[in-house]
Amino acid sequence: MAQVITIQEAVDKVTDGMAVMVGGFIGSGAPGQILAQLAETKVKDLTLIANDTGVLGDALSQMVVNHRLKKVIASHIGTNKETGRQMNAGELEVVLAPQGTLVEQIRAAGAGLGGVLTPTGIGTVVEEGKQKVTVNGQEYLLEGPLGADVAIIKAYKADRAGNLVYRRAARNFNPVMATAAKTVIVEVEKLVEVGEIDPDEVMTPGIFVDYLVLSQSVEVKNVG
Amino acid sequence: MEWLVERVAQEFHTGDVVNLGIGMPTKVANHLPEGVTILLQSENGYLGLGPSPEQGQEDPDIVNAGGQFASVLAGGSCFDSATSFGIIRGGHVDATVLGALQVDEEGNLANWMIPGKMVPGMGGAMDLVVGARKVIVAMDHTAKDGSSKVLKKCTLPLTAAHQVNLIVTDMGVMEVTAEGLLLKELAPGVTLEEIQACTEAELVMQETLVAR
Repeated sequence: MAQVITIQEAVDKVTDGMAVMVGGFIGSGAPGQILAQLAETKVKDLTLIANDTGVLGDALSQMVVNHRLKKVIASHIGTNKETGRQMNAGELEVVLAPQGTLVEQIRAAGAGLGGVLTPTGIGTVVEEGKQKVTVNGQEYLLEGPLGADVAIIKAYKADRAGNLVYRRAARNFNPVMATAAKTVIVEVEKLVEVGEIDPDEVMTPGIFVDYLVLSQSVEVKNVG
Repeated sequence: MEWLVERVAQEFHTGDVVNLGIGMPTKVANHLPEGVTILLQSENGYLGLGPSPEQGQEDPDIVNAGGQFASVLAGGSCFDSATSFGIIRGGHVDATVLGALQVDEEGNLANWMIPGKMVPGMGGAMDLVVGARKVIVAMDHTAKDGSSKVLKKCTLPLTAAHQVNLIVTDMGVMEVTAEGLLLKELAPGVTLEEIQACTEAELVMQETLVAR
C-alpha cells in the first residue's frame, strides 16, 4: 500500500547530496507542486536527473535558480538560461546525454541491467571515455545504468495501492523513473480507491510507488 | 522559405511516420502535397501530433517537442519516453527533418552546440538522426555572415556522423552519395554559378539537372 503524505512530508524526504530524478518534459508532466516547495527549502548539493531543467520561472527552474543543485544530468538545458550561466560560471556541473540514451540508462537501472548498447553518439563527443562494442558488424556505445535515491514524478491518477495512470504526453519520463529510484514519490491529480482502476489500464504497477501526494486540484479537460 | 518547405514536403508519402524538428521544419506539415497524409511523431511521447489548439483549448498535458501547446489527432497514441525513443532508434520513423548549423559532403551534421557560446544540449536530435530511415536537413544555405553551411568537413561538434541523406536549402536540393553531394535541383531563380559560389563542398552534377 502506498502511503499518502503531504507536500511538506515529501519535501522532507529529500536530503543534502541526494541524486533526485524528476519527471516531465519542459514542464509537461512535471511534479510542479512538490518541486515548488522543494526549491524553497535549504537542501543543497543535489544531483538532478531529468530531461531538462525546466523553463525559467517554473518550479523545476527554481531548483537551479535557488542553488539546490551541484550537478545536472539532462538532455537539454536550453529552456532555462540560468542553468547555462551557472555551468559557464563553474557553479554547476552539467552532463548532457542524448534523450534516448538518458531514458534507457534510467530504464536499465530499474530493470536490473548493466547498461545498454546504443548507436546514438558514435562519432560525436558523446562517445568520449566510453567503451565501444561491436555487434554483428555495427558499433555501439555502452551506456551504464543510472539510478537515484529519490524519484519525484507526476501521474494523473493513482489508487491507494499506488497503481498509476498517466495522461497524454505528461507520461514521458515518469513511468521509467518510477522503476529506478530507492524511494518513489508521486504527485497525483486524482486519488481513487483500490479497485477503481482496471488492471489493464495501470501504466505503473503500485509496487514501484512508495508515497502519493495529492496535488491541489487543477481542472483537467477532455479526460478519456 | 516557402519553396524550401514545399520542396521538403514532396519527400513524403502517405502513411509515412515523420518527426519534424523544432522551428522551420515544423512548417513542412502545412505544405503537404494534395492527398498525402503522414503521421507525425512527437519525441516527448506520442504519435498523431496535430496543430496548435485554439486559444482557450490549450492542454498542459499535450505539448510538442518544443514545449508548445499542441494536439493529438484521432487515431493517435501516447507512450513513455523509452517507447518513443525505441520508435526513433528502432527504425520505425520513416523520415526526420532537422535544421543545421553545418552539414558536410560525408553526411555529417552539426546542429547542437557552438563551443563557448551556445550549449543547449542535444535533446532528442542525436537519436533522431541515427534512427530515422531518412534524414533531411532543411536550412538556409549560408549563415548570417554569408559563409557556407554546406562544407567539405563540419568544424562544429557533430550531432551524428554519416547519417544525412538529403539537404534542402533556399538554393537547391543535394543528395549525399558515396561520390559526394549530388546537386539534384536548383531553387527557382538560383543559377549553378550562384549555388557553387555559396557551397564549400564540391557539388557533383546530376546529368538531368534542369535549371529553372
